[in-house]
Amino acid sequence: MTAPVYNFAYLDEQTKRMIRRAILKAIAIPGYQVPFASREMPMPYGWGTGGVQVTASILGPDDILKVIDQGSDDTTNAVSIRKFFSRTAGVRTTTSTQEATVIQTRHRIPETPLTEQQVLVYQVPIPEPLRFLEPRETETRRMHALSEYGLMHVKLYEDIARHGHIATTYAYPVKVAERYVMDPSPIPKFDNPKLSDCPALQLFGAGREKRIYAIPPYTRVASLDFEDHPFEPYRHEAQCELCGAADSYLDEVITDDAGNRMFVCSDTDYCETRRAAGEGGRKAAAAMERAP
Amino acid sequence: MNSACENPLLKVEGLTKWYGRRLGCRDVGFDLYEGEVMAVVGESGSGKTTLLQLLSGQMEPSGGCVLYRLRGGSEADVWRMSEPMRRFLFRTDWGYVHQDAQLGLRMGISAGGNVGERLMAVGWRNYGAIRQSAVDWLARVEIDRDRIDDPPRTYSGGMRQRLQIARNLVTAPRLIFMDEPTGGLDVSVQARLLDLLRRLVADLNLAAILVTHDLAVARLLSNRIMVMKAGEVVETGLTDQVLDDPREPYSQLLVSSILPA
Repeated sequence: MTAPVYNFAYLDEQTKRMIRRAILKAIAIPGYQVPFASREMPMPYGWGTGGVQVTASILGPDDILKVIDQGSDDTTNAVSIRKFFSRTAGVRTTTSTQEATVIQTRHRIPETPLTEQQVLVYQVPIPEPLRFLEPRETETRRMHALSEYGLMHVKLYEDIARHGHIATTYAYPVKVAERYVMDPSPIPKFDNPKLSDCPALQLFGAGREKRIYAIPPYTRVASLDFEDHPFEPYRHEAQCELCGAADSYLDEVITDDAGNRMFVCSDTDYCETRRAAGEGGRKAAAAMERAP
Repeated sequence: MNSACENPLLKVEGLTKWYGRRLGCRDVGFDLYEGEVMAVVGESGSGKTTLLQLLSGQMEPSGGCVLYRLRGGSEADVWRMSEPMRRFLFRTDWGYVHQDAQLGLRMGISAGGNVGERLMAVGWRNYGAIRQSAVDWLARVEIDRDRIDDPPRTYSGGMRQRLQIARNLVTAPRLIFMDEPTGGLDVSVQARLLDLLRRLVADLNLAAILVTHDLAVARLLSNRIMVMKAGEVVETGLTDQVLDDPREPYSQLLVSSILPA
């Protein structure tokens, strides 16, 4: 026994095997929440302990890892997790969506279309879509088992009754492969159409709640709605002021306390790639000058 | 009418429930036909609620069987059918009105959502149609239209009870279980609720099993009555016959204990 040494990618091999078994089961039953023995990770719950465990168990030495937090590569969460894996696994990390083979994400799907060579790992805070409607875990499991999903529509009904339209903007419930209703983690509903028929494997890990679920490649994922109130993805009616994109999901950034604001792409890699290719928005020139 | 009416809707044979060594109810049997209201009366602890839960498939009996005639005409044993089937029956063909409206309603969801839940559970996916159905049912149970988006938390006791009835009747059930539907309400509200129930039961040709300890409620609503004591049925018969001319000593005691108005 000498100085403590980490196994490749932090988790020991037995733990990884256990998680991989859960992942395989999750892929076999799309949208079904598989319980697993979630481990304590060296980060607080809510920071992606579930996603990190999934990433750790699927990571190989040749993988290239990208981590995003709300679409951004340079926030604390994303930077810390990237550093964590480059230290414990020695894998190469990147901010480029195209280059990455494993992408761990918190609350966004990259704008750049994913490929069959990629795996998208979501961090999930609360995996149970019925949780706030039915507090009993025994009952929600039974409802999933018997696919009794009327209650999910009650939530959408309440939205319309109160606001005149479906006001759920994120964590919008979906039905996977026409069987299980699933919480897609708090991604904006703008991203919901990207879940369906995606060439990449999508894995969801909830560390605190100890659940793993998955959407296999090319699986149909339908957002729940009413016939007379169909699902509509939401996007601010503006262009990115840095790269001029009119099709990407936008963040609203408040620039001063006089009510001024600007819209920018939430996916930083997408925005930067476009700008490098010469695209520009209204504020692009000014922003370039301000950049260090 | 048609031949279906000749067969009972619900056939109960030898229904028994033991809670360990304690008796819930023993050897209860009866037939219930469409459009018929049967009251189960007896003092508290006599096994009335136990019986209701056994009948409605919420608690598994220790012995005996409950046969229900499905819409197709075939008979099914409630405890032999699959769980999805039983749960489906419970939210479509049956209704269950709890004494405490909080148990039967979702208190945080608007009245319209409460009424619409059963419709959405059976596959309604048109908001306009669900909404219209909720509006109609609230009108039928005399709740103002402009209260449709209020949660039942903001409702009075009588309104909650009426909302619970609307929620149960929206899928046009054929059989409804009522556990002390008027318990805990004041007398004038009770009268109004009874009036409403009597009308709905007649209009919809509902079969109902009504558990109550209030003989006045039984007299007003039911065609038949079953008197229970210590888990066993002591007397059954037409309501007027049992209440006006009780045979068993216990029934006589029960009837004579009503205070003269």
